[in-house]
Amino acid sequence: MSGLVLLGAERGFLSPTGVEITFLLVGLVTLGGAVLAVTSRQLVHAALWLVVALGGIAVLYLLLTAEFIAWVQVLIYVGSVVVLLLFGLMLTKAPIGPSPDADSGNRWVALAVALATAATLVTVVVDAFRTAWIELDVPQGTTEIVGRSLFRHWVLPFEALSLLLLAALVGAIVLSRRKKERR
Amino acid sequence: MHLAYPAVLAALLFSVGLYGVLARRNVVLVLISVELMLNAVNLNLVAFDVWLRDELHAGQSLTLFTIAVAAAEIGIGLAIVLLVYRNRGSSNLDELRDLVERDPGDDNSDGDAGDNTSRPTASAAAAPKGEVTA
Repeated sequence: MSGLVLLGAERGFLSPTGVEITFLLVGLVTLGGAVLAVTSRQLVHAALWLVVALGGIAVLYLLLTAEFIAWVQVLIYVGSVVVLLLFGLMLTKAPIGPSPDADSGNRWVALAVALATAATLVTVVVDAFRTAWIELDVPQGTTEIVGRSLFRHWVLPFEALSLLLLAALVGAIVLSRRKKERR
Repeated sequence: MHLAYPAVLAALLFSVGLYGVLARRNVVLVLISVELMLNAVNLNLVAFDVWLRDELHAGQSLTLFTIAVAAAEIGIGLAIVLLVYRNRGSSNLDELRDLVERDPGDDNSDGDAGDNTSRPTASAAAAPKGEVTA
């Protein structure tokens, strides 16, 4: 085991670089926002804590040199998905104050399942990628790089995705349209 | 940067989202938790793409596709939630029990009658059926 650690760890975990420290701090903020988003008893606050989590993930993308993904994340997730969720809360007449029945009765089972999943995943991931090192010297996700690969190698999925978005748009309109005649 | 940092953070975010999906009652809060799980996967994709220096940049392209699919999903999902709320007057998951298996010996086991006996608050909220203006 010590040999494995030494193999890829001329850079140890005990002497983190500046990027790693920033990643750790922003990651803690992200995780805290996520935990508050799933445990908050005020429904609107849960949606607003989601903004913190998603914005933190956008900063993490920036730290991983994936600029384009970071700005897409800000535009689509923080900009529109959260607004849609807030509209959903508002249109289903969510209570403004704290609602004590926000969690169902099986929350302890859910907590056990989530803790088991976290323990398993973290154990496996740490065991597998303990010695892997990301070089961040060359930016890997500028708009030019992503656009070039998207329109050179991924054109067909890109077009299929636009069809999917059109179908989703039509479906949402059809679903939310009020029927004239009584069913 | 060690690859373990983004990988572990993504695993933890996924677990938090899983807890939210299992523990929440309101459908919109379940959708919020689903978004958290999708974001955990996206973080993994970007981290591994940057680590592997993929020539095709499959990870980042797939992340873009995932973001677009998630946007479509949240639109359709909220439309369904609004439809259910308009028809039932409730957006709590554990009150939507129409497909629940009832006792075969139960007499009034058809539709709303069973709901009335088991869950008076839910049927009271669903009384103005179809008339709740969203």
